[in-house]
Amino acid sequence: MARKPEGPPPPPAVQRLRMHYAKRGRLRFSSHRDFQRAFERALRRAAVPMAYSAGFSPHPKVSYAGAAPTGTGSEAEYLEIALAQACDPEQLRRAIDESLPPDLDVIEIVEVPVNGAPSLADRLQASVWALRLPGVAYDEAARAVGAFLAAPAVEVSRMTKNGLRTFDARGPVVALEVADTPGDGPATGEQPGPCAILRLVVRHVTPAVRPDDVLTGLRQIGALAPPETPAVTRLAQGPLDESSGAVSDPLAPDRGDVGA
Amino acid sequence: MPVDTSPPRDVRSLFPRLEALLPHVQKPIQYVGGELNSTVKDWDATDVRWALMYPDAYEVGVPNQGVMILYEVLNEQPDTLAERTYSVWPDMEALMREHGLPQFTVDAHRPVSAFDVLGLSFATELGYTNMLLALDLAGIPFNSADRTMDHPIVIAGGHSAFNPEPIADFIDCAVLGDGEQAVLEITDVIRAWKAEGRHGGRDELLMRLARTGGVYVPRFYDVDYLPDGRIQRVVPNRPGVPWRVSKHTVMDLDEWPYPKQPLVPLAESVHERMSVEIFRGCTRGCRFCQAGMITRPVRERSITGVGEMVERGLQATGFEEVGLLSLSSADHSEIAPMTKGLADRYEGTQTSLSLPSTRVDAFNIDLANELTRNGRRSGLTFAPEGGSERIRKVINKMVTEDDLIRTVTAAYSAGWRQVKLYFMCGLPTETDEDVLQIAELAKKVITTGREVTGSRDIRCTVSIGGFVPKPHTPFQWVGQLGHEATDARLAKLRDAVRSDRQFAKAIGFRYHDGKPGIVEGLLSRGDRRVGKVIKAVYDAGGRFDGWSEYFSFDRWMTAADQALADEPVDVDWYTTRDRDNNEVLPWDHLDSGLDRDWLWEDWQDALTGTEVDDCRWTPCFDCGVCPQMGTEIQAGPTGATLLPLTVLNSARDRVLSTADAE
Ligand code: SF4
Repeated sequence: MARKPEGPPPPPAVQRLRMHYAKRGRLRFSSHRDFQRAFERALRRAAVPMAYSAGFSPHPKVSYAGAAPTGTGSEAEYLEIALAQACDPEQLRRAIDESLPPDLDVIEIVEVPVNGAPSLADRLQASVWALRLPGVAYDEAARAVGAFLAAPAVEVSRMTKNGLRTFDARGPVVALEVADTPGDGPATGEQPGPCAILRLVVRHVTPAVRPDDVLTGLRQIGALAPPETPAVTRLAQGPLDESSGAVSDPLAPDRGDVGA
Repeated sequence: MPVDTSPPRDVRSLFPRLEALLPHVQKPIQYVGGELNSTVKDWDATDVRWALMYPDAYEVGVPNQGVMILYEVLNEQPDTLAERTYSVWPDMEALMREHGLPQFTVDAHRPVSAFDVLGLSFATELGYTNMLLALDLAGIPFNSADRTMDHPIVIAGGHSAFNPEPIADFIDCAVLGDGEQAVLEITDVIRAWKAEGRHGGRDELLMRLARTGGVYVPRFYDVDYLPDGRIQRVVPNRPGVPWRVSKHTVMDLDEWPYPKQPLVPLAESVHERMSVEIFRGCTRGCRFCQAGMITRPVRERSITGVGEMVERGLQATGFEEVGLLSLSSADHSEIAPMTKGLADRYEGTQTSLSLPSTRVDAFNIDLANELTRNGRRSGLTFAPEGGSERIRKVINKMVTEDDLIRTVTAAYSAGWRQVKLYFMCGLPTETDEDVLQIAELAKKVITTGREVTGSRDIRCTVSIGGFVPKPHTPFQWVGQLGHEATDARLAKLRDAVRSDRQFAKAIGFRYHDGKPGIVEGLLSRGDRRVGKVIKAVYDAGGRFDGWSEYFSFDRWMTAADQALADEPVDVDWYTTRDRDNNEVLPWDHLDSGLDRDWLWEDWQDALTGTEVDDCRWTPCFDCGVCPQMGTEIQAGPTGATLLPLTVLNSARDRVLSTADAE
């Protein structure tokens, strides 16, 4: 496009905010692009004074980090926005939350310095996942987990946008265990029955190892074949403590950074 | 013995069963519902329940204005419930069959078969196989004759309902014209029938609907054929059924400001914008245009009515583009103050306006600049429709070459670099020469553009659609151009564009082959015998015929050969054959208001290239609609203006309230 945008450049960003949100229930079936559209419309409905990029097609300044795959729920999604007018983070949290569809919930917004804040994406080093396996008994799951952890590497393949990729699903797994308390029932379907719950901690690498890759690995190496579709939820993502395997709150360093 | 109103039905949500399938399908979000501004009502608190269907994929169906309007109009009634259902893709269809999951609504995931009415809106005939798919998955018998009290009444609406004969066996009723009042009238009839104990069964209900004169019930009409295959007559087969069924016309658009709360899907859809219909109807009189002919007369929404809908809709949706919708939006009597008022109002909010379907002659660059002041500039699209001056007279598209060049020049001078031109191929009386003129026109556009901009960096895209003759137009009698002839003509045009190295790179050329047009032609002007073809195509796996990756011409032709083997007619008979004035057309008993003699005269005028003016600014030319339907033109100007609003800022005050206190 040869045409130059008319008028003055958009006002600069005066405030940077980080947002912690959840993708729950039915809306776990939204893709990341679906979320982006819903979020940007919610910003407009809530009349959030966004900072815009300059140019022919101005875009509101939003950076997304590490979105959970389509079909998985998440209690721990993060993004960052830049505003052209400063807002109170809690007021803003409420306004955006109300404007988003139910099941997309804004949990917290914290302010960070406009310049020089350490990158949020760099802090998202690992994720904690819960995998509910309706129809799978504790022992069966434990056996497969044992076999998986004992293997030095577990090669799995998945169709990606760039074709079939094969990679090791074992290496990035920091922890994998079967929860002690058996589930109180299946996550989907109507039959009561056993429901093992796996807790998985996986390091973020490229290509990403996702919970379904670990499930593929468990099937290959531990003959674990859940009769029903597992329900997968991200419980946390953030900095990884290598020695303990703990994943901490990525916004903790930011709280109280600005204002207050 | 009094029959109880409704048998108890299992309307529990199918979602738990659906949920288990969702991880295994493409774009699962389309089956989930829960769109912003969608409605779920308590089943038991209502007594008439509609399932509304747009028989195409969710991404096409969800932005459809017609369905959105009816959904809201019906749900505003306290005792009425409406939910939406869309066509499921083959991956989902396979899983639904495997797991015994029936066609469901996306709102509360109830089985479609449990509703009182399944209302389908057909924007195109290519949705017919998808209707059969939905009936099949819903467990509703294909043939209306086989349905019982346990099945919904299947009603077709939308433009295709002006000739529903090809689907006459599959539907119970068709409604012509504007739906918003009609659905309420139908709801009242159903409510009364249910309250009276559903006496007389389906037949009685259909009879009550037929007696209103505004609901067509095909089974109450017999069609007789002549030995050569033409229709001899169409007659009611029982007393009390009207000889002709009328279309519905809503008169004051300001009283119907729908959709007030446009649906905002999470999934991506074909229109990522909100639309406000600024007027209905069109009297430009383009002879190929069924939409213009069947929606007469022109009824404008007032400038203030438009302003309110835009404001309300933007607040309810958060869309960043507003489409000012109509058949020819620049023709609104107050389009200039409207676009300027809206552009002023939303200055600095990244909200853009668009005018889909804009005529060349009505367009001016001030308008284009207003439209893009606050947002993005896409290319400009103009529709001269015909390549030569002669053919434009035939189709009554009164645009001269000078008009076009002048407008395009202004566009290029104002900084636009990309212009799209839309034409048709296969128009009545057309020759190769008429179509080759398209290339000449495109070259002139580029030459002029290069002159006024002093730059070679300009482009023009020529898009060509195949002409399909439609019922209730002056071209309803004309033989369609065969697909081989269409393809040959387009190939010549393509060569003409490409051969000139001066222009080859600057002119883009987009067209489709002529085959889908033949199927559309068969379905548009078909009669009841074509129903067998549709069913055979469905049985052979035909679905999503509007999608090139699913459409199969060969499947249609094979099915037609077999299904019509015992009839004196075939696909050519329906498509490429000229009809004469005394032939009974399958839709003659369906009244669009247009006087048949006027249509015939207009067809004769087309052959001599005689133009007809627009009755908005010249005297009535007696097309017949207004006296027949008791309607009149409703157009401004009202002289009102749009005031700036402060509403947007009040939402902003809330988020800003405690910050920014310096
Ligand atoms: S009857 Fe006359 S005024 Fe009405 S639409 Fe036809 S030509 Fe126009």
